[in-house]
Formats: sequence, C-alpha cells, structure tokens
Amino acid sequence: MTELIIASVMTMMTAATPLIFAATGELVCEKSGVLNLGVEGMMLIGAVFGFAAVSITGQPLIGVVAGITAGALASLIFGVLTLSLLSNQVATGLALTIFGTGLSALFGLEYVGKTIEQIEPIHIPLLTDLPIIGRILFGHDPLVYFAIVILLITAWFLGRSRWGMVLRAVGDSDQSAHAIGYRVILIRYAAVAFGGAMAGLGGAYLSLAYTPLWAENMTAGRGWIALALVVFASWRPGRVLFGAVLFGGITILQLNAQAAGLGIPASYMSMLPYIATIVVLVLISRDSTRIRLNAPACLGRSFRAER
Amino acid sequence: MRNLLRRTALALASALMLASGAASADKLKVGFIYIGPPGDFGWTYAHDQGRLQIEKELGDRVETTYVENVPEGPDAERAIAKLAETGHELIFTTSFGYMEPTLKVAKRFPNVKFEHATGYQRADNVATYNAKFYEGRYVQGVIAGKMSKTNTVGYIASFPIPEVIMGINSFLLGAHSVNPNIKVKIVWAYTWFDPPKEADAAKVLMDQGADIITQHTDSTAALQAAAERGVMAFGQASDMIKFAPKTQLTSIIDEWGPYYVERTKEVLDGTWKSTDTWHGMSDGLVVMAPYTNMPADVAALAAKTAEDIRTGKLHPFTGPIYNQDGELVLEAGKTADDGMLAGMMYYIKGIDDKVPN
Repeated sequence: MTELIIASVMTMMTAATPLIFAATGELVCEKSGVLNLGVEGMMLIGAVFGFAAVSITGQPLIGVVAGITAGALASLIFGVLTLSLLSNQVATGLALTIFGTGLSALFGLEYVGKTIEQIEPIHIPLLTDLPIIGRILFGHDPLVYFAIVILLITAWFLGRSRWGMVLRAVGDSDQSAHAIGYRVILIRYAAVAFGGAMAGLGGAYLSLAYTPLWAENMTAGRGWIALALVVFASWRPGRVLFGAVLFGGITILQLNAQAAGLGIPASYMSMLPYIATIVVLVLISRDSTRIRLNAPACLGRSFRAER
Repeated sequence: MRNLLRRTALALASALMLASGAASADKLKVGFIYIGPPGDFGWTYAHDQGRLQIEKELGDRVETTYVENVPEGPDAERAIAKLAETGHELIFTTSFGYMEPTLKVAKRFPNVKFEHATGYQRADNVATYNAKFYEGRYVQGVIAGKMSKTNTVGYIASFPIPEVIMGINSFLLGAHSVNPNIKVKIVWAYTWFDPPKEADAAKVLMDQGADIITQHTDSTAALQAAAERGVMAFGQASDMIKFAPKTQLTSIIDEWGPYYVERTKEVLDGTWKSTDTWHGMSDGLVVMAPYTNMPADVAALAAKTAEDIRTGKLHPFTGPIYNQDGELVLEAGKTADDGMLAGMMYYIKGIDDKVPN
C-alpha cells in the first residue's frame, strides 16, 4: 500500500510539472497586462523542437534549451503582432495556438515513430534511498525540481523585487507606468517571451521526460488547462502551484481509482480533475476584492502611449 | 470590346476547368477520414497503410485523399461532406464515432459510397466493415495467462462501446483458458489518442500490481511507459516492436489493405453494394505480430491458438459463458453469433468492475 502511495505521489508530481511551467509563464505574461491565449500552440512547438533536438544530438540538455528557445520565439511572433502592431490579443493568441498546432505537426512529421532516451530521474546516493520520503523528495527527474524553482523565483520576483513591481505596474496601469518613464512595450515583450519560454519548456517536458515520443497534438489540451489555472488561481503563484498539483493529482487518482475497481462510474471520474480544480480554486478565491486586487487591470488591452 | 474580352476570358476559363475536371474525372477519387494522425503508429497508421495499398495496386485509376485528426462529432460531418462535395466517390470513415455524421452526409449525397469502420448502421450507400479484433485479443489473453506472475493484467480501455467491451471479454476468456486465477484491472481513458494520458494509465496500472499491459488506445505511449519499467505489454493495431524491442509480446495488426483494394475495385467496376463485413483471421484481416520476448512453448501455444481460430477450429466466444451476474448467456458448446457480439455491453464473469454507462 505504501508503495502504491509513493508511486502515485511521484506520478502526480510529474503530471503537474508541464502545467506548472506553462501556468507560471502565462502568469508573468498576464501580470504585465498581456493575455496570450496561445499557450497550447507554444507548448506543442516546444515539444516538437525539443524532441527534434534530442533526436539529432542525443543530449537532453540541448533538447530542453531548444524547447525553451522555440517557445520564446513563437511567443515573440505574438508579441510583435500585439505589442508593436496593436492587433487584438485574444484573436492573435488563438491564431498562435492554431499556428503552433499546425507548425508542430508539420515539422514533427519526420519525427513521428522515432524514439529517444527519456530524461531519467535523479538518484542521490543516500537521500533517494530514504524510506518513503526518499523518492518523493529526491527521486524525480531534474525538470520537476526546476519547475518548482522557477515558480518560487517567479513568486519572489513578482512579490518582492523592484522589477516585479514594475511589471505589475505595467499590467495594472500602463499609462501611469509610461508616464513615470518605464518602457511599457519592452517590459511586455520580456514578459511575453518568458511566457513563451516556459510554455515551450512545459511542452518539451512532455516529449522528453513524460513520454519519449512525439505525436501530433500530444498536449491534448494541457495548454488550455494551464491558462484556466492562472485565472482560477486569481493570478497568485502559490495558488497556481496548488491548482496544478491538484489537477495532476486528481487525474492520477481517478486513474488509480478506476484500476482499483472502486466502482465509481468511470465517466464521472474522468470529469473529476476539471470539476475539482475549478470548484476548489473558485472557492478559495471567492473574495472579490482580492480578485480585483490581483487581476491585472489592463489585461488584454493594447498599449498606445498617450504622449 | 471589354465585354467581348470578358466573355472570351470566361469561356476560356470554364473550358479549362472542364478540361481539367474531365482529366481528373478519369481517376476515381477515394477519401479517408482519420480520427488521429497516421503517425500514431497504431490504429490510423494501419488504415493509412491500407490506403497506400490502394495507391500501389490501383494508382493509375485511383487517387486518394485523407483528412486526419477529425474529432468525432459535428466537425466530422463537415469534413465528410467536404470530401463528398469535392468529387470523392468512395469515402472511408475510420472510427466508430463517425456513425451519425456518415449517415447524415450519405443522405445528402446518394451517389457517393461510404464505408464506415466498426459501426453497426448501414444505408443503401453506407457499408460497414470491421475486423474481428477479439480473435487477436483471445490469443493475447492466452499469452498473458501464461506470462503473468502477479496474475494481474492492466487493460487501458478507451470508450465503453461493444467493440472495446468484447475485446476485454475475449482477452479474459483467453487468459482464463490457461490460468483461471488471472484478474484484469481496467482503466477507461475516454480517449482514443492521448499519449501522456495513456502513459499515465499504464503507470497507474503497473503501480497497482499489473505485470502485463494491454491497450485499446492508439499510441505507443503505454507500451513505452511499460518498457521503461521492464514490464511486458501488447502493441495495438500495428506492430510496435521497435518502440519496445525487449518487452513487446505481440500485437494485433489490422490488415485493411486487401479489403480496401477489393471495395475500390467494386466501385470501379460498378458492382459496389452496401454490405456488412466482419472478417477476422480467416480472411487475413487480423494478423498477429511475431511472438517475441516469451519462452518458446508460450509462443508455440499462441501460434497454435491463432491457427485454430484462423481455421475455425476454435471460436473465442464458445459457451458456457456467464455474465457478471452469473447468468448463462451462452450455452455450452455453442458459439456466439455476430449479433450477440456486436451489441455486447456487459462483462463476463471474472471482472469485478461495472461497465461505465
């Protein structure tokens, strides 16, 4: 039984990791006032380019870097269209999703059916062998730890650093930030690129560590879930982590419950991750004042300097 | 003068269009609707191989088109109609969920012929076809019954439709025929194709003690997840050995080629009629991949079982068969007819879960 619990917790963490990456990136992007709906497309681009890089070079690290770079570049297309050419952010984001899905499928054609070395979990001699907590704390693959580190850094950055405050200012009142002298467009570009990089990394995690293969549409909607997580978590990093782990956790739990033959209809179990995540996050975020405090006031609005 | 020029241009354009139309009217256009990508190396890959065989054998008289990743539902109707509108005279819709959309489009285009895979409703211009995968599942069950040490098999199922349920039942019948103690744990993925989810399902089943994994979903992810832990598994719809060289036991291969070529020839000859085809090993529609990673005696038993099914000596669903509630659904010595199998929505005795509704 303990073995089953340990294994389930391990799988929960890996299931949550791509969501943590994508949601963290989108969180930063939205905090700066830019609504980028292209997360699914960017994840797929990161997945295919990461996979291709490892397939060619055999080095997982290069794959990770390729995923990050590809996601960032894809998001910059969105950036140019919405920040410099002032196109509608919602429409452009959706276009980016469709574009990313198609481009990744096209580019990935020659990588379908190929297989690579999966990124292996780490093994620290004494620590990983500790009973129970050993593998849960010290037995994941490196990207799981990286996801948590990124989230912590992002939380610190947004909450306690000067430039984080500037980013939030840009998201809350772009005209005022501009009036003070901050380069709103540049800051937003950086935020968009970070969002793309993280989404790309989340996608690359899927194709490099989760299942060592590339298949079209392999994200299967995780980008949308990450997007929803950011909103339901009312733009707070801690809540995002909680939501991602909750979603990933319940997905694994419902599969476990089915396999254990608990008798609950499988169709309800399938819905459970989505319903549970929405309900829980909405309940803990129901203070409307809090929501208004945290939501970037200029989210989705194009910025055009007034003077 | 301008009018004359315009009219000449129009006439020229329409003449060109007619000419090109006439040129392509020489070749029969055959369309395919796929639920996933040919790159799934599973279900859709096998259909695409069938399509390629049509091109290989009849390429001078036929040209094929395919649309991939078409979701089951309203969008399917649009995709199928698009093929019908653009001159395709024979359209294969390769997933159960395309049943209603195919029938709807068929009503609108009575001159176009449709072939719906794994469905059960026909019309004058809609034929159905399926392969007796359950025969392959029985052989897999025999292998699993011999190979499993924990007596637990993990089954990744997709949707609770008769096709999938009869597969589970057949698998268990095969397993019980050599090992009455074996149990099967079933996880419903509610998808035909979602590699990370299939990998999750495999991991969960292995965590719960399954030491053999089998699937009714389309990608190689579950097989690979099992291979990573050194757990034996069965491939699905195509030979997936190169994804798990040390752990794939066998795979049910769907050989659609011969059927597709035959039906296309019938359309070319004008002899096409709406039929319901359910062929299995005896017609070469279902083939087992080479038996690997198992002791020679198990491979021999599997080969013999498959041969017996192929020659008709053995039918997987031979009575007595009891359902979960203990009722006798098939008397001793009788074999199930196609109707009983096509509507099978209940588990046989030996499975503790309930069929999801």
